[in-house]
Amino acid sequence: MSRITKAFENKKAFIAFITGGDPDIETTEKLIPAMAEAGADLIEIGIPFSDPVAEGSVIQQADERALKNGCTVDKLFDMVSAVRRKTDIPLLFMTYLNPVYVYGKEKFLCRCKQCGIDGMIVPDMPFEEKDELSGECEDYGVDLISMIAPTSRERIDRIAKEAKGFLYCVSSLGVTGVRSKITTDMGEMIRRVREVTNIPCAIGFGISTPEQAAHMAQLSDGVIVGSAIVKLIGEYGRESLKPVTEYIRRLKKAIKLCL
Amino acid sequence: MKTGRFGDYGGQFIPETLMKAVKELSEAYEYYRNNADFQKELEDLLKNYAGRPSLLYYAEKMTRDLGGAKIYLKREDLNHTGSHKINNVLGQILLAKRMGKKRVIAETGAGQHGVATATAAALMDMECKIFMGQEDMERQALNVFRMELLGATVQPVTSGTRTLKDAVNETMREWSTRMEDTLYVLGSVMGPHPYPTIVRDFQRIIGKEIKEQLMLAEGKLPDIVIACVGGGSNAIGAFHEFIEDTSVKLIGCEAAGLGVDTPKNAATIANGTVGIFHGMKSFFCQDHYGQIAPVYSISAGLDYPGIGPEHAYLYDTGRAKYVPVTDAEAVSAFEYLSRTEGIIPAIESAHAVAYARKLAPTMEKDQIIVINLSGRGDKDVAAIARYKGVALHE
Ligand SMILES: Cc1ncc(COP(=O)(O)O)c(C=O)c1O
Repeated sequence: MSRITKAFENKKAFIAFITGGDPDIETTEKLIPAMAEAGADLIEIGIPFSDPVAEGSVIQQADERALKNGCTVDKLFDMVSAVRRKTDIPLLFMTYLNPVYVYGKEKFLCRCKQCGIDGMIVPDMPFEEKDELSGECEDYGVDLISMIAPTSRERIDRIAKEAKGFLYCVSSLGVTGVRSKITTDMGEMIRRVREVTNIPCAIGFGISTPEQAAHMAQLSDGVIVGSAIVKLIGEYGRESLKPVTEYIRRLKKAIKLCL
Repeated sequence: MKTGRFGDYGGQFIPETLMKAVKELSEAYEYYRNNADFQKELEDLLKNYAGRPSLLYYAEKMTRDLGGAKIYLKREDLNHTGSHKINNVLGQILLAKRMGKKRVIAETGAGQHGVATATAAALMDMECKIFMGQEDMERQALNVFRMELLGATVQPVTSGTRTLKDAVNETMREWSTRMEDTLYVLGSVMGPHPYPTIVRDFQRIIGKEIKEQLMLAEGKLPDIVIACVGGGSNAIGAFHEFIEDTSVKLIGCEAAGLGVDTPKNAATIANGTVGIFHGMKSFFCQDHYGQIAPVYSISAGLDYPGIGPEHAYLYDTGRAKYVPVTDAEAVSAFEYLSRTEGIIPAIESAHAVAYARKLAPTMEKDQIIVINLSGRGDKDVAAIARYKGVALHE
């Protein structure tokens, strides 16, 4: 069983997102094992990009901070290798396609495998274009995570049928960022998925409070929290270990109650 | 082949949320491109509102002065709103209307596409919001006010480099939050499919007219068609009709800013590499980690780090050639055309004029160059004065 599949076994998974290298590589390297320890079941590492089109202002600013402080894909690979010696938590890269394409798809996926990356989320590569990377991902045993959105509707069947690892269910229109309310009928979205596959479904975009997390966990197999964590890192910088782990503990507790 | 590809270039590299919006646009376009009613309404607008056909003007003084090939100017600067952008905008907003949309959004660099969009939106009763980089708003303050006069809201973009590419990012973000009643009216032959095809089709009228008008005037095809290239819409519009006529050389002029060997340029073909960004696979100015490079040109309309996918394909196949033109060459051509022909070109178009100035003297007197004069230069007068260190007080 893959590390990703295990993260959903007999529990609701708590998936935490941080931007790699924000504010610097050393902080990310410390944060990952600490977040695992605090109860995250899976960690998404965002590869900072100059033009993150699917991101709201919180993660845009994190990307800017990381790039300004010299974060590169090569540095992230080295950091992940080091982290892998300390934790067995499944790790995903969340990256726009261009950094992968320009690095060399084959070389990129090969290094993912070497350093222990379990999956990839590529927000600007929809179902129709996934051939661009799916072959290389398969060759190196990295799960290419598919996304569905509130606008997907009749596309859901096709996307879900070919999904790997887990299905990323986007809760809201627009870009990443915390929202006071999630208005999409997520129960309905997940019922549609369930008609074609049993793959775990995790809900992301907009979740920040323990109440929202608990509610979304009830409807699905896991919740993804990004901007709320990245906001803390933006606020506390190199000193963010404590506030981030405290926050993760609080959310994890809320999610656990849903079992 | 996959949909919306030019060779390997193009595609639909956008978030899942937006797939519904681009599919809806594709379907509407496939339907209306062959709909007689739609085409008739568009033709009527182009003729009676935009002022088409635009003139093909024989620049006799310039021809004599340069002493080589005959030079013709395709006067897109004479269109309503002062550039070729209106051709595409009328088509897209008419389409938006047929799709039942109530609101249009668009990015703008120089402000020409924003002004054209705001104009057509006013005419066709659409709510309109234009995204413009903060830096471009400062460079093109007059156009900001023009858009507001036309009833549009101008949203300053403060992320990234605060120029055209960031305005595109922000417009895509906005569209992904609101697509039910809103169409993104993209300003060039770039972005995800179907935009490169739609915008090209709406701009093809430029080349069609050139062919007809030159046939009447000279009874033959041009030897060379030259246009400036930002995203590439005026160039593809001028080129497309001649792609099969292999005797016609097609030349796109990119903005080389302070020079292609300096970091301050926007010459995508000269300096870029293949990447995937803004919905398309094409050439981009970027570093070797795939981070999009900050680009520079005196011309806000050419200050873009990418190029449309069909140009990437024409370049690969050798059918078209792309050359860099610096700020200094463009400014010199701006002044030259103003004094020689009494026509003040847009600083974008001046890039094409600059290269024609180099070429014409090397050619025979019976050869013909057509320069696509994509826009007029009124909007640039203040910037050129600044460039030359002249203080203006209005
Ligand atoms: C007059 C003029 N020409 C050219 C351009 C560049 O766009 P494109 O390459 O799509 O024609 C612009 C863009 O703002 C423009 O205003």
